[in-house]
Amino acid sequence: MQRASVDKGLATPDLSLLVDGLRAEREQGITIDVAYRYFGTPTREFVLADTPGHVQYTRNTVTGASTAELAVLLVDARNGVVEQTRRHAAVLALLRVPRLVLAINKIDLVDYDEAVLAAIAKDFAGLARSLGFADDAVVTIPVSALVGDNVVERSEHTPWYEGPTLLGHLESVPVTGPEVAAPFRMPVQYVIRPRGGADARSADAARGDLHDYRGYAGQVASGTVAPGDEVVVLPGGTRTTVAAVETADGPLDAATAGRSVTVLLADDIDISRGDVLASAAEPPRLTDELDTTLCWLAEKPLRPGARLLLKHGTRTTPVIVGAVGERLSLDSDVPTWEPAPEQLGINDIAHASLRTADPLPVDDYADIRATGSFLLIDPPTGNTLAAGLVGTPLAVH
Amino acid sequence: MTATLPMTPAVAPALDALDALESEAIHIFREVAGEFDRPVILFSGGKDSTLLVHLAVKAFAPAPVPFALLHVDTGHNYPEVIDFRDRLVERLGLRLEVAHVQDWIDDGRLVERPDGTRNPLQTVPLLDSINEHRFDAVFGGGRRDEERARAKERIMSLRDAFGRWDPRKQRPELWNLYNGRHAPGEHVRVFPISNWTELDVWRYIQREGIELPEIYFAHQREVFRRDGMWLAEGPWGGPRGAEALVKKSVRYRTVGDGSCTGAVESTATTLDEIIAEVTASRLTERGATRADDRLSEAAMEDRKREGYF
Repeated sequence: MQRASVDKGLATPDLSLLVDGLRAEREQGITIDVAYRYFGTPTREFVLADTPGHVQYTRNTVTGASTAELAVLLVDARNGVVEQTRRHAAVLALLRVPRLVLAINKIDLVDYDEAVLAAIAKDFAGLARSLGFADDAVVTIPVSALVGDNVVERSEHTPWYEGPTLLGHLESVPVTGPEVAAPFRMPVQYVIRPRGGADARSADAARGDLHDYRGYAGQVASGTVAPGDEVVVLPGGTRTTVAAVETADGPLDAATAGRSVTVLLADDIDISRGDVLASAAEPPRLTDELDTTLCWLAEKPLRPGARLLLKHGTRTTPVIVGAVGERLSLDSDVPTWEPAPEQLGINDIAHASLRTADPLPVDDYADIRATGSFLLIDPPTGNTLAAGLVGTPLAVH
Repeated sequence: MTATLPMTPAVAPALDALDALESEAIHIFREVAGEFDRPVILFSGGKDSTLLVHLAVKAFAPAPVPFALLHVDTGHNYPEVIDFRDRLVERLGLRLEVAHVQDWIDDGRLVERPDGTRNPLQTVPLLDSINEHRFDAVFGGGRRDEERARAKERIMSLRDAFGRWDPRKQRPELWNLYNGRHAPGEHVRVFPISNWTELDVWRYIQREGIELPEIYFAHQREVFRRDGMWLAEGPWGGPRGAEALVKKSVRYRTVGDGSCTGAVESTATTLDEIIAEVTASRLTERGATRADDRLSEAAMEDRKREGYF
């Protein structure tokens, strides 16, 4: 980076060179796409998704937020909460990122004035509350990214600040996702059958005990699965019992959200990719009518009546868009839902009702992210048009 | 806005960082097996592609890996690596296709470069092989921490009929819902270890006891200095002008075309020692030892746009 900064005739390192990895980004001096960076400390490893701030790249904010366990919002101490802050905070609330850090940057440029920071923190707390964030989900930290105040080391210029440094907070904040405590869900990705056709030449398959092996491969999307659990297979609705939870390293006593496993069932049932295994006691609802919130990501506008494809878990099904509902307005100080537009344009967030060709086992996105999220896909081009959330996870207060 | 994704929970870890990365990679392999007709794993015998094969084995056990392997062979290989490649393919009973760059040079579809480097020449044989075998999903061992154009790469990334990558037209990739839809003639590149760092790779290799070619470990080799790297003599050429061969204790951090892949001075003969060395290193393996990535600010982006790995 230093070599490239000097090549560009800059006296100090151009920090944007770290994340602006594409030619077009360096030419235009802006960040266009999400950049992933990796760092570790002795206590944790981090994946950092750096997403651009410009309004025309809201779709990248949505992308970064969809997998984040915590988000750091940067504001300039000289400007405070601006339109971009409100837009980002609303997207983070919509996508249910569980924890927020408001990093008030460039405090060196406001003479480390406690009053300036208190005003911004208060301003943001109001916004966060109106978006439904719990007070303890938001932490405000005054920093100077350039000088290093409160980033890794405590700043001697902010004796009035008693909270953690940014890194100290990231290293210690609990990050166990809500998925772990939710009821069990697992979309079936693939059926593992060692005796199937061309696989028969495998040495393992020659073993007699694998003759009837039929394993359902998937990643536990929420909750926990263990041998003996009663599960329901959806959309079929058949109930059965988990006989074993396996990985290539052997059987497990239980597997929690995030773990890729192979589940063996007590009964011989017709199950294939696209089906969902779920807790029989607390199953998802099966429906072909969905009330949703869409983040429209494509240049091509969405009009009511559009025929698209919907990808939910491991199933893709045709879908017809019904009515388009209220659109989220981020222009005023407080995000508001305004009357339904005639069509949706790129970066619009709006409510919409959908009808799917196949019934889908869904949960509200607010309850379980994995079974409450979907993509809308353009049939002719295959492009991803929208990020979809089941229900209306963003209620503005 | 900056979003961080800590992968190691502070309390009661359900999955540790390596478990989480392994589960993510297995999920990606299974998605491709479920949605594509003719997937293939790009396999060079290097540590990242060996890791890919190991993860693929785990994703489908006790059934065999449902993919073929493809090696684009520059002809500028280390014999230890080719031996290793053939033993691994034999042991796992996999099908290996080899595209020899030399064949493309011999029949005039490619011309040898004046600098003798064949890394950039791999793109055409790669794309020709993808077309010939009608592969629709092509797994690569690329990682986002390697290089900054790769930092912008999707896990599932569309290539047009010409094999080109258009970074401005990438599909947004949300949650773990991968959209691999493509038209006939197009294909998708898939990077199951996108989120691994070089250190993660080594720690996992140690944890799983994965065998690697011996050139990754320190050994005595005659090398010469060029552009700040230690290069070995081979069919691709040797020292020029004032460059002189010296015997050094070295190891390789990547295995690539011998003409442009440098060795690093090292005495690390065990995985523990390699992990200590990688932990202390400030440069990724590509930045440190790959001349092809140091050609310009956008060397990798330009090659990726044309269809490179």
